[in-house]
Amino acid sequence: MRMNRFSLIAALSGLALAAPAFAQEAAPSPLDPQATAPADPAAGQGSAPLEVSVTGGISAPMPIAIPAMPTAAVVSTAAGSTDVLGRQLADIVNNDLRNSGLFTPLAASQLRPVAFPEVTAPGFDYWGGTGAQALVQGFVRANGDGNLTVGCYLYDVFSKVELTRQGFVVAPSDWRRAGHKCADMVYTRLTGEGAYFDSRVVYVSETGPKARRIKRLAIMDQDGANHRFLTNGQSIVLTPRFAPNQQSIVYMSYVNDKPAIYVYDIGSGKQRLVVANASLTFAPRFSPDGRSILFSMAQAGNTDVYRVSSQGGAPQRLTNSPGIDTGGSYSPDGSKIVFESDRSGGQQIYVMNADGSNQQRISFGGGRYATPVWSPRGDLIAFTKLGGGFRIGIMSPSGGGEKLLTDDWQDEGPSWSPNGRVINFYRSGRGGAGKADLWSVDLTGVNERKIPTPLDGSDPAWGPLRP
Amino acid sequence: MSRFTSILLAATALVAVAGCAKKRPPVLPPAPVDSGAMDQGNTGQNGSANGAIVPGSDADFQRSVQSNTVNFALDMYDIDSTARAILDSQAQWLARFPNVRITIEGHADERGTREYNLALGDRRANATKNYLAAKGVPSQRMTTISYGKERPLRVGSDDQSWAENRRAVTVVLN
Repeated sequence: MRMNRFSLIAALSGLALAAPAFAQEAAPSPLDPQATAPADPAAGQGSAPLEVSVTGGISAPMPIAIPAMPTAAVVSTAAGSTDVLGRQLADIVNNDLRNSGLFTPLAASQLRPVAFPEVTAPGFDYWGGTGAQALVQGFVRANGDGNLTVGCYLYDVFSKVELTRQGFVVAPSDWRRAGHKCADMVYTRLTGEGAYFDSRVVYVSETGPKARRIKRLAIMDQDGANHRFLTNGQSIVLTPRFAPNQQSIVYMSYVNDKPAIYVYDIGSGKQRLVVANASLTFAPRFSPDGRSILFSMAQAGNTDVYRVSSQGGAPQRLTNSPGIDTGGSYSPDGSKIVFESDRSGGQQIYVMNADGSNQQRISFGGGRYATPVWSPRGDLIAFTKLGGGFRIGIMSPSGGGEKLLTDDWQDEGPSWSPNGRVINFYRSGRGGAGKADLWSVDLTGVNERKIPTPLDGSDPAWGPLRP
Repeated sequence: MSRFTSILLAATALVAVAGCAKKRPPVLPPAPVDSGAMDQGNTGQNGSANGAIVPGSDADFQRSVQSNTVNFALDMYDIDSTARAILDSQAQWLARFPNVRITIEGHADERGTREYNLALGDRRANATKNYLAAKGVPSQRMTTISYGKERPLRVGSDDQSWAENRRAVTVVLN
């Protein structure tokens, strides 16, 4: 269901609160990012801007207070009662911000309950005493029509000012998204980065013995919630990727012993074959405008990169080398494609125009490179580097600035968060008992963490930010 | 389809279903039945219906030829001398049963990325098919499929296991 965001001023004007006239207050002007010397915290407005430095490495995570969100009236809803929702929403914001590696939310023991009128009149002295630099407060309200309204306010504790606010109207089934939108509001305001918490991941859930893994397509929120299986494990399924409009997933399946790529409609559960009469098609990806699907096709022992209209039709050949060309990924503006090819003798990364012209190798760092994926920000390409172990790395689209982010036995298959800041991948273990799991890492190489899934997992693909 | 083969396929289908998790999601793409071709290729089952192996069956093929499997060097797909001898014996058997069709499965070891390994498995299957064609097996009797690294024969993470996983398996269809 579409989120409705609107000015909280309008939404709350009908509520009777102890602190009147917040509806009429102009929001304080944004803190000047050019401010130099940090001022005395008691100086109020005009002190150093509250922001988290994200360039060149992560500075000390920002202490932030996110108490449970009160409700003016405890009402039972389809998503639970509003007071319980208020605690759960705060938990979502806590977890999102902590898992980004850029924030240190206060421990539960330091949080105190917030009364409803305090939401717009924070107890800054108390929160300042906890060491928190930022404060997130909100409220939950059950609307008469069954929907929920969630308000989200961000405050600078030292300057004692409100930085920003947003309100969200959601259906009960989407209540978690309000928490993620609130966390995104806080994150973007304090880091200057794009949002990414209100997003989903599609991946291959794995279980069973290594010689015969049972693989199922699965989808979940990026924090692991709302997990569900999309296929039943009777056929091998590989490499699912979202359509940009998030209504379908393209993936490769061995159903009927014919390895081929399908578009699976999430809403209806129906799927259709993308390329007919082909013996082996795989490695599919949508274009940023959703109109094309890149894929690889093997014919007579040779694999090349093709594109086809996402509605189906005749494939257009993009590469034509005797080497294995596979794994195409578009730049976010759709003008270029990065792919891997072993035409030089080993797997390397190449960039070409979207029509297949001007194919240029960009990886020259020594070693072999595979699975390139263009960041949605356009500034970086993530890849798997082979040689010794498999490691996740990033480089610029011209091949410079190579940096390896992980160092384990076998990490492969990177996928970018919607803001181009975090990379999902899967990590395999050695031997017969070795399993694959989903992991994520920040593009600076820190905050490497395992992503919780009900079973094992591989081939993660991070979807776009939900509107 | 011989009676023996029908029984084997039914048993295989039961195993495939039993291996699935109990919980089924409500909305699914069309569910296939795993064919028995892959199991016959690797497990070397005798599987005779009542003690007699049917001539021209996959079981007959496996006991008659030097091997149903050829192996490859790391990242390579050329047919070496050991493989040539194996494929020569396969071609001879196939000449005796001109109505038999085969699938050649190409596989790769786990020390490669997923999509590249699908392509590499295809190279190996095709190289095997091309050699058999050169030995007189008509192309229209042969199909190829690649499983990349999805169906290893050995689950160890050591050179010996990987060497056995780099393979092309000839499977007789019925």
